[in-house]
Amino acid sequence: MEPLTEHVAARADAADWRAAVRLAGDLLVSAGLATAEYAGAMEEAREELGPYMVIAPGVAMPHARPERGVLAPGVAVVTLVTPVAFGHAANDPVDVVIAFAAEDKSAHLATLQRIAALVTDPDALSAVRGAHDDGELRAALATRRTA
Amino acid sequence: MIRIATVCGMGFGTSMMLKLTIQQILRDEGIDAKVDPVDLGSFKTMPADVVVAPTDMGAQVSGTPARVVLIDNLIDKDEIRRKVVAVLRAEG
Repeated sequence: MEPLTEHVAARADAADWRAAVRLAGDLLVSAGLATAEYAGAMEEAREELGPYMVIAPGVAMPHARPERGVLAPGVAVVTLVTPVAFGHAANDPVDVVIAFAAEDKSAHLATLQRIAALVTDPDALSAVRGAHDDGELRAALATRRTA
Repeated sequence: MIRIATVCGMGFGTSMMLKLTIQQILRDEGIDAKVDPVDLGSFKTMPADVVVAPTDMGAQVSGTPARVVLIDNLIDKDEIRRKVVAVLRAEG
C-alpha cells in the first residue's frame, strides 16, 4: 500500500488555488505517479466541476480521472505558508492540499480511507499544518499510518 | 431497500469518500440501504431515493424525484449522520 508520507512539500508558497494544485501535481509527476496531463486535469476538474474538492475546512483533495494519465497509485501532500481561496463558500481558505492518483475507480478505497482518517483527526491535522519542513510533515503523516 | 446515490464531479473521489462514511453510519444506526457513488454526468439516469452531494452542487442535483441532502464538510461524520439519518427516517 502506498503510504501517505512519500511525496510531500511543507510550507510551500502558492499565489492561488491553481498554483497550489500545480505544486501537488508536480509532486505526483516527479514521483512517476502521473503524467503532466494528469496534473493539468486536476486543474481542469476544479475549473469545470467547481470547488467541491475542498472536502473540509482548509483541506482540498484535488484529483482527476484515472484515464487522464495515472501511472501508479499514490498521494502527494502540500502544506501552504499562506492559505489560498479555492472559491468554496464554507471551507476556504485552503492550506492543506492532498492530491491523489488512482488507477481505477475502486482500487483506491484504502487511500481514501487513510485521507479521511487524517483529515478527521484534529491532532494529526494540526501536526501536518505545524510541520516546518518535509521531514516533519512526513513524520506527522506517518503517525496516522499506524493508527 | 432505500437507494442512496452519493454524487460528485467524477464519481470516485469525494462521492466514494461519502459512501464510505455513510456505510459506517448505516451500520451504526442499523439502517439497511444501498449506497452507490455516481458522477454528475450520469446521476440522473441512476434511480435513487436519496441523493447526497457537496453543498456547492446543490443546483446540479436538483430536479429529480430523489430527496437531496447537501453536505458542507464532507468528512464530518456528525454532520453527515445528522442530515442523512433525518432524511432516511422520514423516507421510512
